[in-house]
Amino acid sequence: MSDVFERVKKIVVENLEVEADKVTEAASFIDDLGADSLDLVELVMAFEEEFGIEIEDEVQENIRTVGDAVTEIKKTQG
Amino acid sequence: MSDWNMPEGNLMAGKRGIVMGVANQNSIAWGIAKQLAAQGAEIAFTYQGEGLERRVRPLVESIGMDFMIPADVTDDESMDAAFAAVKEKWGKIDFLVHSIAFAGKDELMGSMVANTSREGFRRAMDISVYSFIDCSRRASEMMDPGGSIICMTYLGAERVVPSYNVMGVAKAALEASTRYAARDLGNQGIRVNAISAGAMRTLSLAGIRGGKSLMGTGREWSLLKEDTKMEGVAGCALYLLSDIGQSITGEVLHVDAGFHVVGVPEPSEE
Repeated sequence: MSDVFERVKKIVVENLEVEADKVTEAASFIDDLGADSLDLVELVMAFEEEFGIEIEDEVQENIRTVGDAVTEIKKTQG
Repeated sequence: MSDWNMPEGNLMAGKRGIVMGVANQNSIAWGIAKQLAAQGAEIAFTYQGEGLERRVRPLVESIGMDFMIPADVTDDESMDAAFAAVKEKWGKIDFLVHSIAFAGKDELMGSMVANTSREGFRRAMDISVYSFIDCSRRASEMMDPGGSIICMTYLGAERVVPSYNVMGVAKAALEASTRYAARDLGNQGIRVNAISAGAMRTLSLAGIRGGKSLMGTGREWSLLKEDTKMEGVAGCALYLLSDIGQSITGEVLHVDAGFHVVGVPEPSEE
């Protein structure tokens, strides 16, 4: 469990109002966590604020699971 | 929750109005609503669909209000019902904030010429422009002299901005509509103005391909070298909607840290 994952998890739990134990790396935002397309945009904006990064649109479109988000945030952080 | 400061006072005391287009806590419409509420306004909030209702309701309740009305600007019956609900509750209104726009994601990228479909154009114009004309008519029927209406526009109406495309065309039509509405409602003593805000971190920005880069460009090129602040946009709305904005109508006011006057950016210091 990385620090990035824990911070992502916290944001996901707050934004989507889901149980913390549902937020696993494999969890799909839409299929498992009940997010809609607006939620996804809001989540990415929240990640950007939390980590002080900018996630490109092309990257954003490939984020489907919590794990995807963690991977992309780590990549963007360099 | 954002932590902008909203000066309290009574510039809107006794005034009631409708705010359309709050989607979440980052929405410009929400910043404006908070400022108006901090100055004593009573507000009816419209929302489109359940997805937005669940986002907007907690915000509305957080400022101690509860008047929320479903409104689909593309549906005449829905609009009839929304304005009837306001009329039934309040009879008259004093202001309207229109902060609604739409263009398809596929249209907000690449070439405007190549990517604008007939249906996409129609939807963008219907939701972003006709809705303003329609709401201005409906709102004005409930307004006494002194009423005030504003809409939100962007520099992409006047100059080309990458990816803004059909939205820029629609905003140009919205600005023209502002002037015509100001003319038509002027003899009733109703003022109509537009606020041209700089790029802000909203859902609308997220819908534009590469939109986030507009924020950085705004900071670098603007005269104030900073992001457009919600306080500034909300303060401008307060000015235009309250009686301190008297005699101003048909105007497009830029709140963008001076970005709109820049022809060529300062040479890079590197």
